[in-house]
Amino acid sequence: MTELVTGTGEPAPAPAATQPGAEPSVARVSQWADIRHRFFANKLAVVGLAIIVVLVLTALLAPVLAPYDPLKQDLTATLQAPGGKHLLGTDALGRDQLSRLIYGSRIAVVVGLASILVALTIGIVLGALAGYFGRWVDTVIMRAADIFFAFPLLIGSIVIILLMGRGVLPVVLSLGIFQWATFARLLRSQILSVREMDFVHAARALGAGRSRIIRKHILPNSVTSVLVYGTSNVGIAIVAEASLSYLGVGVDPEVAEWGNMISAGRGFMGVKDFMWTYPSLAIVITALGFILLGNGLRDALDPKLR
Amino acid sequence: MTSLETAPANAGPDGTAPLLEVRDLHVEFKVRDSVTKAVNGVNYSVNAGETLAVLGESGSGKSVTAQAIMGILDSPPGRITKGQIFFQGQDILSLPENERRKLRGARMAMIFQDALSSLNPVLSVGFQLGEMFRAHQGLTRKEAKAKAIELMDRVRIPAARQRVNDYPHQFSGGMRQRIMIAMALALEPDLIIADEPTTALDVTVQAQVMDLLAELQREYNMGLILITHDLGVVADVADKIAVMYAGRIVETAPVHELYKRPAHPYTRGLLDSIPRLDQKGQELYAIKGLPPNLQQIPPGCAFNPRCAQARDICRTDVPALVPVTGEDGTELPGRASACHFWKETLRG
Repeated sequence: MTELVTGTGEPAPAPAATQPGAEPSVARVSQWADIRHRFFANKLAVVGLAIIVVLVLTALLAPVLAPYDPLKQDLTATLQAPGGKHLLGTDALGRDQLSRLIYGSRIAVVVGLASILVALTIGIVLGALAGYFGRWVDTVIMRAADIFFAFPLLIGSIVIILLMGRGVLPVVLSLGIFQWATFARLLRSQILSVREMDFVHAARALGAGRSRIIRKHILPNSVTSVLVYGTSNVGIAIVAEASLSYLGVGVDPEVAEWGNMISAGRGFMGVKDFMWTYPSLAIVITALGFILLGNGLRDALDPKLR
Repeated sequence: MTSLETAPANAGPDGTAPLLEVRDLHVEFKVRDSVTKAVNGVNYSVNAGETLAVLGESGSGKSVTAQAIMGILDSPPGRITKGQIFFQGQDILSLPENERRKLRGARMAMIFQDALSSLNPVLSVGFQLGEMFRAHQGLTRKEAKAKAIELMDRVRIPAARQRVNDYPHQFSGGMRQRIMIAMALALEPDLIIADEPTTALDVTVQAQVMDLLAELQREYNMGLILITHDLGVVADVADKIAVMYAGRIVETAPVHELYKRPAHPYTRGLLDSIPRLDQKGQELYAIKGLPPNLQQIPPGCAFNPRCAQARDICRTDVPALVPVTGEDGTELPGRASACHFWKETLRG
């Protein structure tokens, strides 16, 4: 590349390219453009992303999209079949099923994301401590993780909810508390391999301190797979949240929520199947969306494909 | 200057003490029940502006010694069991860890063999170079980036300004090694340890990188410890050579004298196993046998099972590193050998 050396004495005419700040544009593909390209080349990943975008928009725009108030009862029009004034029919109290489905997406999005966020936060902090410090710190954290592993997700969550009472917050916390162990384990195993890599030794040799090495060198190189796994797990958290409501220990039964809707339709199985099929479909599609998105991210970020 | 008998602990601040002196260093690795004796009494010294080449095959303890100097030995399992390391007259092994850390990067720095794996793949090279200034000198992100560009220019990376935001995998091997050199030089340390800096590079690029390193060393008047197994690399740049075998120094000498007249059978074996243009058609010499198992170093001279000159005393007594004298009995400056029969080797 040419380096323009201008004599100090003569004010040479400075072309735009040599001015600091105005860097000559060199056609180079950035890291992110590369990843984006790989992601969008993957059809299933795009489908997953589309599902999530639709879901989030539905949740945000619920008051605009819903044709009726999801809580308003109309006892003159109960158990109406889909079609006519109520596109997806009404339930036993005459509430509009479509509106309830639309509002239900809010609970799904909030609980799904928030509970994974709780799990990720606990898992990343504890996993990083265990992986970097090893020895007794590792032993204590990993045995604690084993204990949380031993509880089935739903059983564990029910215990917490029984202690805390029902509501959105207890559901978020209980699902978070019983999912951190997987993330902690995954991160720990990543850290154990990254910790021995040459650039970590090099950073030490150049005077980087412990916390800098963890923050700048070890975590960024090991956390990707944890975040990808977290994305896939949002779907699982949504299924679990709906299951809790279905079992009657989730959010209040009045609330428009998919698990509650399935629960309400349980008594009409084989008679009024539209009552449980639509919320079930909503759950399946949403979970699928997050799993496809997670897989797409994994493939796009996987350094082995680079 | 003969390094072996200077006493830095007593040396005053008049600058007579070497920049770095390693004294009787012992390092062990203890894994379960087995103890690997990687370094068994190493002595060497480097002055400012001087290049010491540490030569030896894999497992000879040359890299472990370097890690002990830098204070980045994996511990456990590694442990310094004996010895002292004086840096600018100060016994650094007695310093607390946070004091040692302040030395690293600022006053002593290290360059590693494989630059691709020694650079963090998720950070741009500009960021990593800038980190040196942000971490040690508290510069802002913008100032650090300007410094990074300056450094990249310094190690002659073309189009530094455009490439400062690129990632390590976007550079060629030689360029990556230049970036590692730039990182090590960033804070203008007094001592640089280069651990096989050119082993992973093409021969032509090797020469460029070595020239750059030698030039920058002269410019900054740094002490340089060049760790290598390649005799060809050191010939042009080193001032003196220490040859290591099984965790010990077996011979030290000014570079050209070592090539001319080795005083240890192992060194001679190494020199004889270099392919030469004027000996076409002959079978290449190889030192017979295998490097010693560091968990069971043979008694006596560690080299005795592979040595053609070995006699009974070699199998029982560990030879000390003694000064080498010329025919007239005067000590040859800077020369020492750890062979019972160095005289025969030197003259024979």
